[in-house]
Amino acid sequence: MSLFSTFDISASAMQAQSMRLNTVASNLANAESATSSNGQPYRAKQVVFQATPIGPAGGVGVKVAQVVEDQTPPRLMYDPHNPVADANGYVAMPNVNVVEEMTNMLSASRSYQTNADVMNTAKTLLQRTLQLATA
Amino acid sequence: MMSSLDSYFQTQETAMKLRGYRQEVLSSNIANGDTPQYKARDFDFSTAFKSALSASQVNAGTLAATDARHLQPQGTTDLFAPQLQYRSEVQPSIDGNTVDMNTEMRDFADNTLRYEASITFMQNRMSTMRTALTSASS
Repeated sequence: MSLFSTFDISASAMQAQSMRLNTVASNLANAESATSSNGQPYRAKQVVFQATPIGPAGGVGVKVAQVVEDQTPPRLMYDPHNPVADANGYVAMPNVNVVEEMTNMLSASRSYQTNADVMNTAKTLLQRTLQLATA
Repeated sequence: MMSSLDSYFQTQETAMKLRGYRQEVLSSNIANGDTPQYKARDFDFSTAFKSALSASQVNAGTLAATDARHLQPQGTTDLFAPQLQYRSEVQPSIDGNTVDMNTEMRDFADNTLRYEASITFMQNRMSTMRTALTSASS
């Protein structure tokens, strides 16, 4: 029954979107982290989505293929009193773009909602189909 | 009697199967709204419906196979999983994704309503049959 695989498809999308939301949260939380465990400033993380077949009948879900780090150079901030400042008094700050992260967050939450709606619709249809026998 | 009861329900049954499949295809498109390089797909319902109705007299369909070496009867296609076609893109996006959320949501809502309509028709047919069956006993 194809309606059942709708659940799997939407669930995979919701999982992927929540992972994207997770990286957004991590990026925003660390937008000011000048050092991390490896001594380097925090680098923004982005998820890469990939279409993946689900079910026998040609349904296509989503999975997170990989989490990549943003390779743009760190933002330099003049702060000579900071202990991690370089010889010229500049501190390398994370390359997190807050505006980008906020739009990313909105997009992820809208997609999550849409997929939850799809799932809900599939549930209603299946319930009505089950009630056919009792009509 | 059994076969005529079968054909009595057949129209709506076929419609519901195909609507269910289309629901899956459309939800795949919606799920992949943010996936780079994903191409939105769909099928033409009326063509698929006509061919499924006309050909279901001859028992067409694929056999369940649990191994790649299992044979399939020749010249049959699964009429309830019609060939998918790519949508022509309306607003091409830079990441190669061709999902237009407006189109997808419109089709999804449309498909949902039509599936529900099929359920209602099926329900009416069932209650008609039930009336015919029970009125004899009273």
